[in-house]
Amino acid sequence: MSDQNILEVRDLNVAYGGIKAVKGISFDVPKGEVVTLIGANGAGKSSTLRSICGLVRPSSGSIRLNGEEIAGKTPEVIVSKHITMVPEGRRVFADLTVLENLKIGAYLRKDALDDDLAWVYDLFPRLKERSWQLAGTLSGGEQQMLAIGRALMSRPDLIMMDEPSLGLAPIVVQGVFDIIREINRQGKTILLVEQNANMALHAAHHGYVMEVGTITMSGTGRELADDESVKAAYLGKSRKA
Amino acid sequence: MDWLSKNLPFLLAGISVGGQYALIAIGYTMVYGILRLINFAHGDIFMVAGLMMVYLSASLPIYISIPLVIILTVIIGFTVERVAYKPLRSAPRMSVMISAIGVSYLLQNLALYITGGLAQQYPAIPWISDQITVFGASTKRVTVITPFLTIFLVIILVLLIKKTKIGMAMRAASKDFETSQLMGIKINNVISMTFIIGSFLAAVGSLLFFSNYTGVTPTIGTMPGLKAFVAAVFGGIGSIPGAVVGAFIIGICENLVMMANQYISIDISNFKDAFAFLLLIIILFFKPTGLFGEKQTDKV
Repeated sequence: MSDQNILEVRDLNVAYGGIKAVKGISFDVPKGEVVTLIGANGAGKSSTLRSICGLVRPSSGSIRLNGEEIAGKTPEVIVSKHITMVPEGRRVFADLTVLENLKIGAYLRKDALDDDLAWVYDLFPRLKERSWQLAGTLSGGEQQMLAIGRALMSRPDLIMMDEPSLGLAPIVVQGVFDIIREINRQGKTILLVEQNANMALHAAHHGYVMEVGTITMSGTGRELADDESVKAAYLGKSRKA
Repeated sequence: MDWLSKNLPFLLAGISVGGQYALIAIGYTMVYGILRLINFAHGDIFMVAGLMMVYLSASLPIYISIPLVIILTVIIGFTVERVAYKPLRSAPRMSVMISAIGVSYLLQNLALYITGGLAQQYPAIPWISDQITVFGASTKRVTVITPFLTIFLVIILVLLIKKTKIGMAMRAASKDFETSQLMGIKINNVISMTFIIGSFLAAVGSLLFFSNYTGVTPTIGTMPGLKAFVAAVFGGIGSIPGAVVGAFIIGICENLVMMANQYISIDISNFKDAFAFLLLIIILFFKPTGLFGEKQTDKV
């Protein structure tokens, strides 16, 4: 067990009925870094995240958060250990106001929220302007900002993000990745799942490539971004060639 | 004055029974809002509250029986959810609904076994069962109190849902279980809370209802339960203001039928109950999601 790793996953298997979505993967998320899992649809990236936060029960394997085994625990227990997830498709509470969405992110906290609200509003000034609006009336990009802000409100050590760039315009995607870098600079560890391999690998210290349930490659973000086979498969190099 | 004293009792009775339906309807609509389940046992919980009052007040003073009935009803509502619905959380919705029908029959048959099928006389609760005169019309005090008490409780409930943390969790959970869990919300606690509130209001409703209609039989919960359910659908199931408005409309309309009955030569009083359902059909024809129904928002 290394002190530097906030999350250590070993031999994780996830199956839905008879279909194995994740087949014995292992990886580490070192404290203070951005780690990304990239891969195509159906590679098992989301299943990995969902099993880490307890939404899916892994069929076997170990998930250690700060050295403590959390595999198979319920989401309520897991999220109380300063880990949070920004779910795929944003999933903001459309009928709650922006402010309520942020407050519900801090549901487990009992202390004052003012500092964190100020911090989130500082990161996302748009949200402050729209504080009293229902979240359902926000644009896709604003909803993604809200989903990230909501996650930050729990004061997490580790934030997992499931495809934060999905369905957003390129200019908005750039904004999302800027925010990811900014949050990381402020000391948060981030585990990022992305199909947008180019953006993800450039934002990440470390990357893992997933294919049909297994990790096929790993390296620093730069190494993977420069790797010929990764370029061919995920970065669209073949089209240029 | 003569016209007023002749017709006012019907209007008062309509508003009053509407308030009683509203208290039951909130239980239907809240449970539906969070579990997408029509809790068929809810009308029977209301009946059980009535029966418990009959038996408890026989040996205990009224001022002890009333809180005791409310507490026991809440416990029964909570237990029904834990025993009959919670184990089916991941089962298809139809299974839970069949479980609800099963609970409904179980409660009715238990009541039948205990009472022997005879109507039990509901105790007269001092003060609220007294006869009073309003604008020359004679009625029980409960008739006048009901709408005010109902509206008071609804305001408290709306404040609870809009302003408190558990209320926020209820609103969140009713839209998205999974994301709510990610926020650390304990879904089962939120669901239990919903059943506790619903049963509490049904118990209060039963106190008011049976002070007016004093015979408690094992199947007495069916008709008020059904009408409260109609009211919830009428107002747009899942919506609390909808259920309340729907309940008052149904309560008043069925008494307007009785009022009209005085002036025409054929007897239509037997169609009073059918009228509520006719109204439902008409409304659903024009507004399928009910008066305050959720709009289907498909934007992701």
